[in-house]
Amino acid sequence: MSTQTDLGRRRFLQTSGALVIGFYVAPRTGLAAMQAPAPPALPDPNAFLRIGEDESVTVILAHAEMGQGVWTTLPMLLAEELGCDWAKVRVEEAPAAPVYAHPAFGMQMTGGSTSTWSELDRYRQAGALAREMLIQAAAEQWKVEASSCRAEAGFIVSGDKKLSFGKLAAAAQKRTPPSTVRLKDAKDWKIVGRPTKRLDSPEKVTGRAQFGMDVRLPGMLTALVARAPVFGGTVKAFRAEKAKAVPGVKTVVQVPSGVAVVGEHFWAAKLGRDALEIDWDLGPGAQLDTASLREEFRAAAGTPGVKAAAAGEVDAAMKSAAKTLEAEYEVPYLAHAPMEPLNCTVRIGTDGAEVWTGTQFQTMDQAVTAKLLGLKPEQVKIHTMFLGGGFGRRATPTSDFVSEAVQVAKAVGGGVPVKVVWTREDDIRGGYYRAMFLHRVRVGLGADGKPAAWRHTLVGQSIAEGTFLAPMMIKAGVDGTSVEGVSDSPYVTGTANHLVDLHSPRKPVPVLWLRSVGHTHTAFVMESFVDELAQAAGQDPLEYRRQLLSAHPRHLGVLNLAAEKAGWGRPLAGGRGRGLAVHESFGSWTAQVAEVSVANGRVRVHRVVCAVDCGVCVNPAGVRAQVEGAVVFGLSAALHGELTFKDGRVQQSNFHDYPLLRLNEMPDVEVHIVTSSEKPGGIGEPGVPPTAPAVANAIFVATGQRLRRLPFRLA
Amino acid sequence: MKINVNGKDHEVAAPDDMPLLWVLRDVLGLTGTKFGCGMAQCGACTVHLDGQPVRSCMTPVASVQGHAVKTIEGLSAPGLSAIQRAWIEEDVVQCGYCQPGQIMSAAALLAARPHPTDADIDNAMSGNLCRCGTYLRIRAAVKKAAELAGRTA
Repeated sequence: MSTQTDLGRRRFLQTSGALVIGFYVAPRTGLAAMQAPAPPALPDPNAFLRIGEDESVTVILAHAEMGQGVWTTLPMLLAEELGCDWAKVRVEEAPAAPVYAHPAFGMQMTGGSTSTWSELDRYRQAGALAREMLIQAAAEQWKVEASSCRAEAGFIVSGDKKLSFGKLAAAAQKRTPPSTVRLKDAKDWKIVGRPTKRLDSPEKVTGRAQFGMDVRLPGMLTALVARAPVFGGTVKAFRAEKAKAVPGVKTVVQVPSGVAVVGEHFWAAKLGRDALEIDWDLGPGAQLDTASLREEFRAAAGTPGVKAAAAGEVDAAMKSAAKTLEAEYEVPYLAHAPMEPLNCTVRIGTDGAEVWTGTQFQTMDQAVTAKLLGLKPEQVKIHTMFLGGGFGRRATPTSDFVSEAVQVAKAVGGGVPVKVVWTREDDIRGGYYRAMFLHRVRVGLGADGKPAAWRHTLVGQSIAEGTFLAPMMIKAGVDGTSVEGVSDSPYVTGTANHLVDLHSPRKPVPVLWLRSVGHTHTAFVMESFVDELAQAAGQDPLEYRRQLLSAHPRHLGVLNLAAEKAGWGRPLAGGRGRGLAVHESFGSWTAQVAEVSVANGRVRVHRVVCAVDCGVCVNPAGVRAQVEGAVVFGLSAALHGELTFKDGRVQQSNFHDYPLLRLNEMPDVEVHIVTSSEKPGGIGEPGVPPTAPAVANAIFVATGQRLRRLPFRLA
Repeated sequence: MKINVNGKDHEVAAPDDMPLLWVLRDVLGLTGTKFGCGMAQCGACTVHLDGQPVRSCMTPVASVQGHAVKTIEGLSAPGLSAIQRAWIEEDVVQCGYCQPGQIMSAAALLAARPHPTDADIDNAMSGNLCRCGTYLRIRAAVKKAAELAGRTA
């Protein structure tokens, strides 16, 4: 059980006498946790694996497992070089420590579809270094040249001599890791590139897997927090008598985010919270209203914003265009709604604190907890549990759900461990949404039907503004995640005269990245509008894209593969329409062809054919699963997802009015992977962006209706 | 009150209207059954009551007295069921949080219909949400489980 990692490790050492490679690496001091040192030329293998006398090889994960499969992929990288027996591989989450900082981002985190490509070298190097140490140990024992030894399925072998990793571990641990190491050529890979089943299945199908929600500690209490009904609201006064009268309620405490009711178990805390009486100072957030927001965004779109991309003379080119098209697209606020509601358990000790949670942002959580408690980061131990879904919600620049739990535990006092649990309603109404966005696009087509002028204005809140990420993410007034997929789109940059600008209105609604971030809306707009352009130019949508993307071979590769596999151009059964979309995001390319029909005012998606080029594919089985899941995520947003405000209140609250795609709506999904030796790209997110536009384009073919707003509502 | 969970009687001190889910998780420590919505919309809390799938988040604990409750922990003992083996073979899980509920729904379906049609699967499984989107594999795994169970029967 990962909650007892260190305890388990100590016990293991004491009772079995096992000698191991790899121990918990003590964190470097102080705020180094925030600004990790430049990664060393080679990793310290001790931080990434442990070999037990029982022959187990335990791989330590610097990233959180939230469904995306790093629990399997990162061990594959390490095992490839180590030469261990795959059946002996175990996995556990790393503690929060600078040595586990993300190789590209410098802090311990999981997100941006970066885990596999960013760890491609580090995990292989760790495996290779450990293998060399095992070989050195064997060579010394046998008095042979190290060059005569090789690693094979958990053994070091030289001629007729053979010793297991477990038997060599103690001696190997004393060796100094080599200063250089040579990684295998891709052609010699035996594990990487092979479809490999997940290592976390056995615990996840038996209910043994420990999510943050499942943490149980001696004397632990459970808390629910009553938060303001509108964003930015604060507690004016509260009466806790009725809450305290609920059997099982232990105490009621005020924290910066609201009032926490602390009980023996969830149910007591829930009933207690229901009985709380709070007077709120709602503040200006109470004015928030979706209809007025839409009008405001629309008005803003008619005024110049901050320039995000520009070339040529747009106005002049627009005037001389053979034909111009203009359209407005809109997407709503969306909640991530991971199946596991947010939760966090905190125990404050006399010389430190421990935090148990499913998080994508360990370094931040550790720093924030330390600051709140007046501790040093290394005095805060973060236990990363399995995440019952993340999709970005468990990576908040403010560590919102962790800092709140720390505040509650601190207010309760006495070193009592407290688990703060969010209900589904708390989750849906708790903010940190994908921002509402409005796009206004105007394109002038030349006589050849191709865009000659592209004018594009986006209106929507910035994720980074007001957070520590602002200096990194906002350049010249533009949050790159607001315009990604438009400002760098080959359709835009390939148009000689273009101007993309951005309005980033400030609103009290906290917004955040949601699986595929800006691409959730930009791909929808770009790929829908390109279909509109193809129609205006009187061309087939596939052929039109081939022309516009002729200088982009990886776009073309997935576009053509998806079209071929989907049977583009072949007749479809009555009433069905076929639509396509192609988009680059997170260093990977994805194209999708959707087949839909419409009956009784409802859209039915029958089939989605996907082609993906993510460069070198470490685990094709994982890539397939991620793309399948991404289509579902995209369909939930396309068909159902919408949060609206009235009088500052979020009008939705649970899955009855914030529906997700269900199994009976599930189309057939095919995933075709382009064979590639290019540098790997991401895979958790790139499958999401093309889904909504492919479906929009298919609806247009099936019905003649062009739907420019998500979720789709037929006229 | 006394409730029977996974073949074992437990004396529990809980208010009558406390949902079974929280008795299982917070009183008995059986955390395999998950909290997802609290209003029978997501199926993460699915357990069996006398073999029938129920949403434990809306089942008052007092109502299960005299009935047999089975949770994912009970399904896993003494070894993996055909359904769980099928789930592993089809590489179904992603984050895994909804899967105990999915598996309990599937187990009830297969007990009632050993060879379910696609429509049976849609009917039995559409009350279980999966945000990671593993539905295709769930369908495949239910069929695989039917096959595995047939083979060992």
